[in-house]
Amino acid sequence: MTARATAPATSGTARTALAPAADGAPAGGSSTASRRRSWQPRLVVGLAITAFVVLVAVVGPWLAPHGEHEITGDPYSTAGVLGTDYLGQDVLSRVLHGGLSVLVVALLSTVVGLVLGVLVGILAAYVGGWFDEVVMRLNDAVLAFPQILLTLLVLSTVAEPTMWLIVVLVGISHAPRVARVSRGVALGLTRRDFVTSAEALGESRLRIVVREVLPNMSGPLLAEAGLRLTYSIGMVAGIAFLGFSTDPGAADWGQMINENRLALLVQPWGVLAPVLMIGIFAVGTNLAADGIAQLTSKGGDR
Amino acid sequence: MTTVRTHDPAPAAGPPAGPPATTTSGSSSARRSPATAWTLWAARRVGLAALTLWLVSVLVFLATAALGDPVKAILGKEAATNLGRAEQIRQQLHLDESLWDRYWHWFGGLLRGDLGTSVANGLPVGELIGDRVVNSGVLVLIAAVVIIPVSFAVALLSARHRGRRLDHGIQLVVLTLAGLPEFVVGIVLVALFSTVVFHALPAVTISAGGEGPWTQPASMILPVVTLVLVVAPYVIRIMRSTLLDVLDSDYVELARLKGVPERVVLRRHALRNAVVPAIQVIGLQLAWLASGIVLVEYLFSYPGIGASLVDSVRNSDIPMVQTLAMIVAAVYVVVNLVADVLSILCTPRERTAISS
Repeated sequence: MTARATAPATSGTARTALAPAADGAPAGGSSTASRRRSWQPRLVVGLAITAFVVLVAVVGPWLAPHGEHEITGDPYSTAGVLGTDYLGQDVLSRVLHGGLSVLVVALLSTVVGLVLGVLVGILAAYVGGWFDEVVMRLNDAVLAFPQILLTLLVLSTVAEPTMWLIVVLVGISHAPRVARVSRGVALGLTRRDFVTSAEALGESRLRIVVREVLPNMSGPLLAEAGLRLTYSIGMVAGIAFLGFSTDPGAADWGQMINENRLALLVQPWGVLAPVLMIGIFAVGTNLAADGIAQLTSKGGDR
Repeated sequence: MTTVRTHDPAPAAGPPAGPPATTTSGSSSARRSPATAWTLWAARRVGLAALTLWLVSVLVFLATAALGDPVKAILGKEAATNLGRAEQIRQQLHLDESLWDRYWHWFGGLLRGDLGTSVANGLPVGELIGDRVVNSGVLVLIAAVVIIPVSFAVALLSARHRGRRLDHGIQLVVLTLAGLPEFVVGIVLVALFSTVVFHALPAVTISAGGEGPWTQPASMILPVVTLVLVVAPYVIRIMRSTLLDVLDSDYVELARLKGVPERVVLRRHALRNAVVPAIQVIGLQLAWLASGIVLVEYLFSYPGIGASLVDSVRNSDIPMVQTLAMIVAAVYVVVNLVADVLSILCTPRERTAISS
């Protein structure tokens, strides 16, 4: 019934929870070696793609031919490599300038979500009893929210969102999903011999959690982190795409899509360039997450 | 350290419901009748769903009412100068009452079907969203009708060609699509099919006053295809893994050894056993669609609740936002409940566990 237990989680968590088990199933009679070769490309290619986008975002501002707000021609003209945007700013330069903010917010919110989620998940699994029941029921209620909805709800009453508000909101929307996964992993661990023996030795609970349980969860948590980062970038850019900007006018991939969207026919690059960068990054992190998930599902139980 | 996952439907059906004298002796006189057992089980499932929805209502209320200042959000810089309008909004949203009173006021209205009045244009919320709920429902339904057979077919194809080039190709495409945010897929589709490369399909849905968007089928194509491309990868992955598990099983092996034709093996043994996981994943994805439509509807200007939600959030139209959020959450909870119940009804082992 573990399948049922994980299933009611939203899309994301349930998907990966089930997927590795299948891909890890012995493929016919193939040897371990050949199977190991079959996962490596995903992780390596995924990491390479992710690293490429990060590099573009970090080094971009120095490579950009024009400044972030520099007007280089008429609006939606073909001046420059990728043309100009709605104000006549150079699209290529805006793309090179606009990556860092998206990636930093996505990364921070992923960290917030992971820390909160792991904390709640381990506590629920380890304390158990009514605490577990109450926490998981609350969790179910939060899971009934589509992830982006939580952020939108709060944004409806906040006049000017700040970057930190977005980080916290997106992070909180990740937390229940992470909690579900980490609770599942931690439950399996608390019954293992090394935890029992640590308890028998009289170690404190906190010490057991930090020294025994957490290190053994690193594999599944890394895979979860990669997946959360994939959804983070989609949400952070999506919120900006819906027009809720923390810094109007600044170069930002999500915001650029919203700004130039109406001119898709006239000047497609103003929209397509940031869209493609976001897409490439998401594909990279998703591939890497999948690679890690396959790696750990074999290294652990099989 | 006995952490029983009591919220887990399967075991919960046994112990917590408390069969009176269930011991190993198994005397039939001490057992509840199957009818009672099923009623208890159904009551428990529906009760849990209702509890979840109530918790959701608390969360929706807190997120929209307790954190920011609606008056400032609605009026912007005018809030300090236009005191009359500010006071009017205060009264309309009952901002002078305590948080507790406001919650019960709102929740009571929700139960009575009184959804409040839109701040943006003063019309009743129920009137404003009626058509939009139908429009979104049609969009999700069409998407679901496409997704289910397509993902079944692709998963079957992939599983049959397991380990070969076709399978690898399908997996690569599926994995790539699974990572992409929905608006990325949507915008690329618009660029490909309606603006930059071809000019075959309309990029936005234009519904002439009052008519449903389905009266112009061409404008539905891109939103539906976007939803399919975003959701199908997950269904395909899980269906493929389920099919592989089944195809590896002993009974399939035996059927093959008996000389049962492969086609019959697939139809009789593999597909039938994949039904329950399929119900689960399709339920999940349908529930996900309820939120996936937010960005997709906004992108295509589709007149549904998703686009409406974005507009309401932008206008800080709190009664609208609260109602729409509750609708989305209710769809999620109900679809999950139905999927859980269906999958239990489709599993003989579970049925026996409940009725005995």
